[in-house]
Amino acid sequence: MKQAQAFTTVYTKIERITKATCSLRAQGISNEEMALIAGRPAQVVKIEGDLVTLQVFAGTQGIGTAADVMFLGEPPSLRVGTDLFGRFFNAFGQPIDGGPQLEGEMRFIGGPSVNPTRREQPSRLITTGIAGIDLNNSLVSGQKIPFFADPEQPYNEVMATVALRSGADRIVLGGMGLSNDDYLYYRRIFEDAGVLEKITSFINTTDDPPVERLLIPEMVLTAAEYFALDLKQDVLVLLTDMTLYGDALAIVSNRMDQIPSKDSMPGSLYSDLAKIYEKAAQFKDGSITIIAVTTLSGGDITHAIPDNTGYITEGQLFLRRDTQISKTIVDPFRSLSRLKQLVIGKKTREDHHQVMNTGVRLYSDAANARTKQENGFDLTDYDRRTIAYALDYARELLAIDVNISIDEMLDTAWRLFARHFKKEEVSIKRELIDKYWPETE
Amino acid sequence: MATTGKIVGIVANLVTIEVNGPVSQNEICYVETEAGERLQSEVIKIQGNRVSAQIFESTGGIKTGAKVEFTDHMLEVDLGPGLLSRKYDGLQNDLDAKTGLFLKRGENTPALSKDQEWEFTPLVEKGGRVRAGDWLGEVRENWLNHKIMVPFSLEGVWEIESLVGKGNYRASDEIALLRSADGKKQSVNMIQRWPIRLAIQSYAAKPVAYKPLQTGVRIIDTLNPIVEGGTGFIPGPFGSGKTVLQHIIAANAQVDIVIICAVGERANEVVELFVEYPEVDDPYTGRKLMERTIIVVNTSNMPVAAREASVYTAMTIAEYYRQMGLKVLLLADSTSRWAQALREMSNRLEELPGPDAFPMDLTAIIANFYARAGRVDLRNGESGSVTFIGTVSPAGGNLKEPVTEATKKVARCFYALSQKRADSKRYPAIDPIDSYSKYLEYQEVQEFLAESIEPHWVEKVGYINDVLRQGRSASNQINILGDDSVPVGYHEVYWKSELADFGFLQQDAFDPVDRVTAMSRQRYMFDIINKICRFDFRFETFTEVAPYFKRLINQIKQMNYLEFQSDEFKQLEDELDSFLMERKVS
Repeated sequence: MKQAQAFTTVYTKIERITKATCSLRAQGISNEEMALIAGRPAQVVKIEGDLVTLQVFAGTQGIGTAADVMFLGEPPSLRVGTDLFGRFFNAFGQPIDGGPQLEGEMRFIGGPSVNPTRREQPSRLITTGIAGIDLNNSLVSGQKIPFFADPEQPYNEVMATVALRSGADRIVLGGMGLSNDDYLYYRRIFEDAGVLEKITSFINTTDDPPVERLLIPEMVLTAAEYFALDLKQDVLVLLTDMTLYGDALAIVSNRMDQIPSKDSMPGSLYSDLAKIYEKAAQFKDGSITIIAVTTLSGGDITHAIPDNTGYITEGQLFLRRDTQISKTIVDPFRSLSRLKQLVIGKKTREDHHQVMNTGVRLYSDAANARTKQENGFDLTDYDRRTIAYALDYARELLAIDVNISIDEMLDTAWRLFARHFKKEEVSIKRELIDKYWPETE
Repeated sequence: MATTGKIVGIVANLVTIEVNGPVSQNEICYVETEAGERLQSEVIKIQGNRVSAQIFESTGGIKTGAKVEFTDHMLEVDLGPGLLSRKYDGLQNDLDAKTGLFLKRGENTPALSKDQEWEFTPLVEKGGRVRAGDWLGEVRENWLNHKIMVPFSLEGVWEIESLVGKGNYRASDEIALLRSADGKKQSVNMIQRWPIRLAIQSYAAKPVAYKPLQTGVRIIDTLNPIVEGGTGFIPGPFGSGKTVLQHIIAANAQVDIVIICAVGERANEVVELFVEYPEVDDPYTGRKLMERTIIVVNTSNMPVAAREASVYTAMTIAEYYRQMGLKVLLLADSTSRWAQALREMSNRLEELPGPDAFPMDLTAIIANFYARAGRVDLRNGESGSVTFIGTVSPAGGNLKEPVTEATKKVARCFYALSQKRADSKRYPAIDPIDSYSKYLEYQEVQEFLAESIEPHWVEKVGYINDVLRQGRSASNQINILGDDSVPVGYHEVYWKSELADFGFLQQDAFDPVDRVTAMSRQRYMFDIINKICRFDFRFETFTEVAPYFKRLINQIKQMNYLEFQSDEFKQLEDELDSFLMERKVS
């Protein structure tokens, strides 16, 4: 929290206390301004005449009607500067790594939107070494895309891997409802990789009050906008886990007596999530790319949080356990990168588009063949070959532990085609076959 | 004296104002902040001297006691020459004219330049009698004869007391002076204002719309046609291609003006339009697409209340051009975001909620909006139309939700995007069986099609619809019983439907030839499909069916990629005929 400035008044008479809010009579208060109630951070959420209602982030347990209330005169803010580099903060921008307080320029969080006519079209390819991403769902700077994963999937590990390989100038991590173990995991992996200086983190763990999480994305994005616009850097923002962010929204709206819509979520869920994700943008120099995690319950994407997310983000990456090869893969059917056509074949090799489509189509033929097999129908020779191909394809390309360049991915795919199929079965343009079909296998 | 007031309450973007004079529902007022910003707001509830208003901007930092000025008018837009090619936000601020990278709160930019000069040519004479909407003259806007009209707000008959001659005038210069029967005078310039929530009704009649509007998309034009002045909607889960389909229609529809309203959607999608439209040719005129397009954009992160207003802003501009006797196409993506904006506000007003917490009158609001589309006969004998197509983003992809259901009641064309089709890359992913066009049932439309295409056209369309249905049930049978446990005829029925699907319904949006198909070509290809589906073929076993039809399909697909009636096209067609002879039962 910012150091207290010159306060005019300390109020000591709270009229109404609920689980999450305190109301008192006060003058000259502005909407959304911060305050301290018995030392706890709170924010103005409602003003009716001189009756001001504040939301207390940590909850109101133990607050008395005579507690000190100090208004800080300003909405939540973050001090930005190069002293953000390599640091860990809580939801209020206070250090949790034992380092010094921030001293940079003060910026209000949750700033305005970029004028859409001033955006640039995203065009820089981001490579991760993971074929399920680079080959089938290429990412582009300025994109916003979540991992959809069940809680048991290793999404934090995959995110960390993607971040470290992305080639971004700077990484900003927003942890919401992170378990302490996951928080320590991120710290260790960034330290081990020797890239701590590149990283700034804002962390709310399960030890902290859930409502504080609501500040995390805006803190993260305020820092990201400083890096991208003031320092003209390519910034990668990691947000995990947005489902827990949504849960916090539901808690608040419930405590504010709002009428819930689908899945007990507030009616404004779409706008609330969009406000965060739309901060992803390509600027003339510099960019903000957002990779998030949305945990699913039993793979259900019709729940309000993944559903609204899908309408907002530019695709989604589905993590799934492939029991045939006993590894986690990026599911080629349910994953989608909406911006991939901006780079495929333009920033990558000419055969990328056709190889990608053919690879997935043959994998889907294998899925059909397996269904046939399970239903007890006879398999044709082609069916058997697609099943063999699918095993190789999953092991050598889809598995998330693969780490190769896009050209290697394309060469691998051609090798697999040649291993299992005849030239005329892959229905790829003649000239590409002539150029890339490996004759040795 | 204008009414003023001061703020006494704030929750999110809803403020309570204590006023000192008369106010009206939906009146616009401006809230002054300490920093000197003027935030546009709209009255949405009045109780005694307390007024609730929604602020169209973020409300952080606003204090009670802030001064509010009322304007005595509802939310209005500027209508006049210079609208074409512009990019507006939901309140008609010119986005290009805004300063800085970020949208600054309270920065209002004029929609039209009042100083720009236009060459005016009068179309009427001094002394003539006119009514609201009548054409006084015209100016040249890009390629278009933009009519300068008697303000829509005038009532009764007016006499033209003076009218300027042909020449260059600034948009704000007086063009005409009108006098009413009771001696009232009205000065008219090139820009008039109109409240967006009211429909412009300065026309003689609103007859049944009957003339199909060509979009170049085969599954729409042939199987589920929309008409000029018609309404349609496109529901679909995320990733099923709603926005892509709308972009295809926007680029290829045979209309004079296209208005794209991006309601609460992704900014990068709008950036795509900004980048491409000045470069891409209009397929009919060869001009750049941007020259016939107006984009109204309120992306998902822009203020919610302005998002709600944006569809009305776009509709009003559409109606304005319709009054010039033009064909206008209005596309809104996505109307669900508009409905959600209504929900957020209704929630804050603590109204009793309807299903899924949407306002109770959602159905009426949607119906009212769709009713503003239509073909109209102007008083001078010309006619114009506003065709409206909205997308719907059903929560969880489930079509049984309030916005989809309310829209289904009023929109006449239903283009259901199916996840299954999108997953199997069958684009456009419009489900041929679930989708429909009510216009095909209109007698006026049937007569027009019979006359302009051929007498039995509607029957042919019905026949292929049946083929598709039979194909689906045959496919179900085959999947349940197994390939060899059903009669070979089942396979033939199934593959005929696949032929209609692959050869006609599917279209490659990224191929320069296939992306848009003229009606003459659609008719030609549809006849081929019809012919094949009516043939009986000879097959010994089911294993012969799929390879044979795959060959036919490939042949037709290749034809679709070629210039119509080119030598190569004809050669493929000849080959197709000989393939057909191989197995056709004579």
